Parts: sequence; C-alpha cells; structure tokens
Amino acid sequence: MSCMNNPLSFQGFLRDDGRKGIRNVVLVVYTVECASHVALEIARGEPDAHVVGFSGCYDNAYAIRLMLALARHPNVGAVLAVGLGCEYTQPAKIAEVVRKSGRPAEWFYIQEHGGTLKSIELGKRIVRSLRDTMRESARLAPMSVNELVVGAECGGSDGTSGLAGNPVVGRFFDLLVGRGGTAVFEETVEMIGLGEVLRSRAATDEARAAVSRAYDKAVRYCRSVRQYSISPGNFAGGLTTIEEKSMGAFVKSGSSPIQGVIRVAEQPGGPGLWLLDSVPDEHFMQFGYTNPNDTEGIMDLISAGAHIVLFITGRGSVIGSPIAPLIKITGNRETFHRLQDDMDFDASRVLTGEVTMTGAAEELFSLITAVAAGKLTRPEILGHREQFITYKHQDPSRLRAC
Amino acid sequence: MKKCFQIHADDNAATLLEDCDGGGVEVIGGSPAGVTLVEPIRLGHKVALCDIKPGAAIIKFGIPIGVATQPIRAGEWIHLHNCRSRVDERSSTLDVETGAPTDVVYE
Repeated sequence: MSCMNNPLSFQGFLRDDGRKGIRNVVLVVYTVECASHVALEIARGEPDAHVVGFSGCYDNAYAIRLMLALARHPNVGAVLAVGLGCEYTQPAKIAEVVRKSGRPAEWFYIQEHGGTLKSIELGKRIVRSLRDTMRESARLAPMSVNELVVGAECGGSDGTSGLAGNPVVGRFFDLLVGRGGTAVFEETVEMIGLGEVLRSRAATDEARAAVSRAYDKAVRYCRSVRQYSISPGNFAGGLTTIEEKSMGAFVKSGSSPIQGVIRVAEQPGGPGLWLLDSVPDEHFMQFGYTNPNDTEGIMDLISAGAHIVLFITGRGSVIGSPIAPLIKITGNRETFHRLQDDMDFDASRVLTGEVTMTGAAEELFSLITAVAAGKLTRPEILGHREQFITYKHQDPSRLRAC
Repeated sequence: MKKCFQIHADDNAATLLEDCDGGGVEVIGGSPAGVTLVEPIRLGHKVALCDIKPGAAIIKFGIPIGVATQPIRAGEWIHLHNCRSRVDERSSTLDVETGAPTDVVYE
C-alpha cells in the first residue's frame, strides 16, 4: 500500500514485561500538590528525569490507575515517588507496583526528611542512582514500526485542521496500521454529530457496541454539562459549530476499522486502530469534567502506552509532554512560520500543492521513525514537559469491556 | 488569485486558504470554480458558495455542520452570526470575531 517496503527498525529499550520503549526516562511522581515543587526541583537539570503528579490530597482510583500506567510506560526505566506525608495517595505503593514490573523504584516523604532543601538533595541523589542502575541494566533490542504505539490528539484547531493537519495524520495512521502498528485516537466529545459515521467504522459487532456506548455517553455528557468541546480560539479560527469541528477532528483517525474502545490507563488489545474513551462515567458526583485541557488528553494517550503522540494544531500551541515525545503538526502555514520554534511538521504544504496527502503522510512516517530512533522533537528540545492528572471517575468494572 | 477549498461536492461552504479582503476567489476542488467575496473573510473561515435560505443546512465535509439563521448570499462569510449548531446552544452567544463568551459575568 505504500512505497516503503522494508520494515523500518531502530533500537528500543526492552522491559521485563516484554514491551519496548523508545526513551529511557527516570520518572519522578509526586502524590499531592504540596510535593510538586520539591519534585520539580529534584528533576531540574537532571538529564532524562521527567515529572508527573496528582495534585489532590484525597485520592482517586482513576488518578492512581493513570499514575501507575505512566510509571510503567515502556519509555520509563525507573521511578522515584515523592509525597508530602499527609495525603491519601501512597508513594510507597506506587514504588512497590513499579518494582514488580522489573523497574528500580524508590520513594520517600518530604516531612520525614527535613523539608524542601534536604528532600531535593535526597531526591537528586536517588534519581542519579536510579539513572545509573537503569542505564547499566538497559537491554537494547531492535524494534520495528509494527511495535510502535502512536497517539493523536488535536488542540487549538482552526479551519485548516480539518483540511490539512488532521487528514495528513489520518493518512499516516493508515500507513502505520497497514504495517502492523498500533494507533490510538480519542476525544469522543469531538465526534458529536458523527454517531453513524463512527459506528460504520467499527471492525466487529463487539467493537460497534463499544463505540456506540462511548459515543452515546459523550452526547449525554455534553448535554448534561451544557458545554461542547469547542473553544473561543476555534471560533476565531473559522470553526462555527461543534459538528464542523467534529468532522475535522475525526479525519485524524484515517480510514482503518476501529478495533475497539479502551479507557484511560488501558492498553490496546492488539495492533490496529483503537478509540480511547476518556470521558468520565456518570456517578454520584455527576460527570466531573472530561478533557479540561489539551495536556490531559495527551496524558491519556501516553497512559495507553503511546510511544509518541502527534499533536495537530491550527491556531498554534506550545505544550510538550513527559515520558513520550510530542510531535507538533499544523496545517496552517502562518502558524507554522509564526511558531516555527515549536512546530515539527508543516502539513499546510498539501493545501498549496507542494506535496500530496500521501507524500506528506510518508514524510511524517519518516519523521516518526527518526524520533523513535532518538531524534528530539521541538517540544523535547525546548524542555516542554507539561503534565496534568485530574480527579475523574471511570468505572473499573468496565475496563477491558472490549 | 486567492484560494478557498471545497472539501466535498455537496458542500455549500468553502474554507479560505488565506486572508482575503473581498473580490474573486478560486474554489479549489469546487464547482463553481470561483466565488466573489462580498466582504473580507479570514484564513480558515467559510464562504457561502451559493445563496442559502434560513433554516437550510450548511454543508461541509458532505455533512450538515449547522443551520442558517438568516438568508446567506453567495460570497458571504458564514459564521456564528448567520449559522447555528444543531446541538450546541451556547456557541450562538459567543462574540462573532473572537469567539469569546458573552454569557458569563466577571463582576
């Protein structure tokens, strides 16, 4: 189906659970907002040290699942969990689960180690030691594109996103799936108006039922909170309705059949295209909020094991991500030039006829394999590692429903 | 000549590929092959390719993306002032230029 016939391979990091990563990161996890400054200072200036954390003092099953999925992501080689000492979320248990996955992991409470400066000093010592262990014990293994999981999400969309940025990613997803890889897309609240289109893309009856459930919940959610997933910047960029934004966003899924629906922190059940449902389930506190910002959605995709996340923007965005590199794509020529330091890929060239849609998708394929092999993305170079974990409810009994 | 893009043959709206002050614009992929803008329209925004009656669907990607709330002439800008969502009530209250909310009181 494409002119690229040889499987593209590169060096990966083999983990004890059999999965392979494309980066080797020491992850510092904080378990309450009160520990966030110390965690960020521990990682500051430490190569390959990234930070994620949960700000709430009261724990949340969803947030814990998400943190554990991130801490055992294939790109993570070691973990330090840092707590203040009062909060519900237990750093010791995080470290224990991570150790069971074969990764070195440590934890401590700031209150037990004499406050800010002593904790930062201790944390840095631990991170350096974890990094040494991780690097010494790293097992390099050849890895090929059929072992890659790539996520896609859009943000700051405008009228060009549905014309160029998202279609190029959709075409890339078709190429990746055609070569045995795994692709994950999300944002069911940005599929409002497309119920039938979505159902018609399901690979099996089981997948159709799961897709239908996820879509219907997204509709109920938006009606209930009276907020559709469209922002002032989208309108200013020429998008007039959620239906218009939905169709422009959905094209990033490409044309492959949808294998099933996964929920946050769940891994795809095999290769192919998967829909990630990150919308909260109805419960006693009603829904809560679905993706309150772009970073939350990126975290969801990384929790599904995405090695790399594609971020398609029209208006422009300057975010990055911890753990898995973010690749910034725009279909808006002016945005590409105005925010050149932040942008990785100019998809607007398909609109001027400089390159065909398939040509652009193949260029993107090359860029992604280069990033998988170690090339740094613009957000990585600029040091962007925005992260966000929120309170949410997703019923654990409905995990692996499909 | 400046350009706009018609995605699907059924579309009655095309997307501007650059800012345009008015006048003739080429419709890529389109029929008719050109449209005359009667007002300035910015990159990413939509132009009506034909006259559209109130209550009629605005078609883009081959699907209805909203409903005309007033008569729209060929060459006019289609946006919040003359098109509303069939599901999202709030978007009709936003500022037509910036998209900023007008329904929340700050003080």
